[in-house]
Amino acid sequence: MIELRRLSFAYDDSTPPVLHEADLTVTEGELLLVAGRTGTGKSTLLGSFTGLVPTFTGGLLTGDVVIDGRSVLADPPRERAHLVGYVGQDPSAGFVTDTVEEELAYGMEQLGTPPSTMRRRVEETLDLLGIADLRARDLRTLSGGQQQRVAIGSVLTMHPRVLVLDEPTSALDPTAAEEVLATLTRLVQDVGLGVVVAEHRLERVLPFADRMVLLDGAGGLLVGSPDELMRDSPVAPPIVELGRWADWEPLPLAVRDARRRASGLRSTLGHAPAASRAAGPVLLEAHGVRVGYGRILAVRDVSVGLHAGQVTALMGRNGSGKSSLLWALQGSRARAAGSVAVAGDDPAKVSAQERRRLAGLVPQTPADLLYLDTVEDELAAADRDSDRRPGHARSLLDQLAPDVPGRAHPRDLSEGQRLALVLAIVLSSDPPVVLLDEPTRGLDYPGKAALARILQGFADAGRAVLVSSHDVEFVAQVADRVVVLAEGEVVSSGPTARVVAESPAFAPQVLKVLGHGWLTVPQVEDAVREQLA
Amino acid sequence: MPRPSRDLHPGAWWLWALGLAAAATATTNPLLLVLLVAVTGFVVAMRRSDQPWSGSFRLYLLIGAVIVLVRVAFRAVLGGEATGQVLLDLPFVGLPGWASGVRLLGPITVDSVLAGFYDGLRLATIVICVGAANALANPKRLLKSMPPALYEIGTAVVVAVSVLPQLSDSLRRVRAARRLRGVPGGRIARLRGVVVPVMEDALERSMALAAGMDARGYGRSGELTRRQRRTTGVLMLTGLLGICVGTYGLLDGTAPRWLGPPLLAGGAALALLGFVSAGRRVQRTRYRPDRWAPPELLVALCGVAVAAGMYAVVGRDYTLVHPGIPGTPGVTLVSVLVVLVGVVPAFVAPPAPVTARAVAEEPPRRVAA
Repeated sequence: MIELRRLSFAYDDSTPPVLHEADLTVTEGELLLVAGRTGTGKSTLLGSFTGLVPTFTGGLLTGDVVIDGRSVLADPPRERAHLVGYVGQDPSAGFVTDTVEEELAYGMEQLGTPPSTMRRRVEETLDLLGIADLRARDLRTLSGGQQQRVAIGSVLTMHPRVLVLDEPTSALDPTAAEEVLATLTRLVQDVGLGVVVAEHRLERVLPFADRMVLLDGAGGLLVGSPDELMRDSPVAPPIVELGRWADWEPLPLAVRDARRRASGLRSTLGHAPAASRAAGPVLLEAHGVRVGYGRILAVRDVSVGLHAGQVTALMGRNGSGKSSLLWALQGSRARAAGSVAVAGDDPAKVSAQERRRLAGLVPQTPADLLYLDTVEDELAAADRDSDRRPGHARSLLDQLAPDVPGRAHPRDLSEGQRLALVLAIVLSSDPPVVLLDEPTRGLDYPGKAALARILQGFADAGRAVLVSSHDVEFVAQVADRVVVLAEGEVVSSGPTARVVAESPAFAPQVLKVLGHGWLTVPQVEDAVREQLA
Repeated sequence: MPRPSRDLHPGAWWLWALGLAAAATATTNPLLLVLLVAVTGFVVAMRRSDQPWSGSFRLYLLIGAVIVLVRVAFRAVLGGEATGQVLLDLPFVGLPGWASGVRLLGPITVDSVLAGFYDGLRLATIVICVGAANALANPKRLLKSMPPALYEIGTAVVVAVSVLPQLSDSLRRVRAARRLRGVPGGRIARLRGVVVPVMEDALERSMALAAGMDARGYGRSGELTRRQRRTTGVLMLTGLLGICVGTYGLLDGTAPRWLGPPLLAGGAALALLGFVSAGRRVQRTRYRPDRWAPPELLVALCGVAVAAGMYAVVGRDYTLVHPGIPGTPGVTLVSVLVVLVGVVPAFVAPPAPVTARAVAEEPPRRVAA
């Protein structure tokens, strides 16, 4: 139906090609998963379906893109709109109108669809996606999962042959991600649409994928069934890591398959050992913290203590008050009530300069902190701002990410390197408490593992770390304790194994397969190695 | 009984605001201008919705104040009327011969300050009127009501206008983030620390929006032959050229008679043909378009009435609307009533629907690169 033929893409002659003679066919009624490490060209591959590459990226695209036997390589995205539907990473950034109903109709208006047909298709799509009750809502008031479904609906009304989605679930909490995936499988099975999905969070999409494309990083594509490709993939969800380690054949991709295979392992493993890291003294103590916007309370009477030597994870739905709590704990956002104390000082009552020495915060968009032209300049500015000797921030950065080039522009760094740079800047004032707001966006599995090691290193050095995330696998790797927020209130808090076991939405895959408090594959590997020794 | 709320046709609000702005261009009487600003402010307060663009009115008021200040400062520094009572006797700054037309400093007189103030106030009032339209009318719905030929230009304008509230969003976020890394020393560095991330953010947002719109068929040319496209282009260009030359001929008294009206009319006709041809090219349809109902007509009429009334007053009493610089400006009952017609929309327009937007808990997200 849609075919890429010997497709190559490079930004210019001097850089290595992002895609090299790639061949790929998408057929009706299949879900095709595109995976690969960060920066291997997933978005480029998707963009070549829609025409956004090279129209919006520049560069040279050669080969051919054929839809229903007709070459569309020379057509700009707008001329392919009725054939290829595209939903970007952040749906809210692509919304053109204000309400759900208008947004669904926008594409059809551009195509010149007759008004009566538009009316009918809008109603059909509202029903198909289960968003009929949202029709008059303002798009900005929708939750992340609802926004994503509206974005899907807004391209579906044009009746495209293929739907292309770039990381549709990466910004969503687990429940919202399930809503979106259920919608996608329905489109594949009931409507017979071809769906192409690029995603970092393979654990979410893998069970639904019919076929898979793995980008090898040198411009090549590996196409095959998910269980074949997962055997050697550099990106793999925990369930696959477990299957590879235990030599399960065929490799299980869904929790249900793995549970069936794991009965033997479950009985030999028994219960997971209790968490090893001991909690130090309380470094940040918060009581009854309340944060409000106008008449809406974002955080209601939250009390939390952060211990030295521990990583605490803050979980909860999108909009449950995680960010507000982090900013209030750091002291930059005013509290409506309650107290916060770091080493006896209230961070809200001291100067911004002093505050940085008490608690460092990495915001959700780390790039907001960066404004200079090179990494070196940023690091030097950080040294000056925190009254440290020159080279202090650089040495911090080298510990976090050893090979960040000093002459590079911060925007040219990979997501992981940029995060490390911002961490080094925040840490340059040497705060005892480190807070991070959703740091895993755009990181692949190796990137997340590296971040987990860094955060645990902070804890080992005697700091208290609080990280908000809805990536359950990341939390399982990194956290000693978990605090779950709902509607601005703490609904559950305690050791990671206990808290995530209580809620199916927050349970990592290994726990779902093995139970008994097992959270990560390395934990299982260590336990078995000890048993053998 | 409370009136049912709905959005007024954005075109009505714009006609009203442009009428008030036109009235403002006709006068330099500060009392009338302040009254005009008060009228727009009142209507905005009564009929704006709780959408993000509604908050931008305050920003326009601020811009207005800045315009007045800058205007006064320029008049004072660059000189102007040297007559009137001297407020501050500054020495002239000697300029080289090639700048002989320009006076720098010199005594600052009441007249020069007042002239700057009147002038600035007029410009500020016009800006504030446009700001009122911006706060009252949903810019995106205005786009839907554009005639097809203007659709693409309209979209560019509307996107540019709607960037403003987004900018203030990202400004807030970046300033919060700045405090996380200490305040850099110099003023320039501090400014840079905010401006660079905000501009990057704006650029990324607009790229994402442009990509999203393009991928959804915005700006499709449809089935149009090259020849049709060329005809449209030629019609439009010749038409515009005719209008330009015609206007020149009309305004310049020394130009030959035949150059004025005939060329203007011919040019306008050609441009109109081009418009129709371009409009046919855009194969767009509208989903549940806005309609003109009596309240819309009334609101638009109010704007037209204010403008027409003000021009009528100018014709009758020139010194009233353009008070001399030495002398106190006054008003007549008629001129006040004319301006007050502009307040009628605060009552005849239906109240804006309240969406009761939940405030987003998390700071606005940025598109991951």
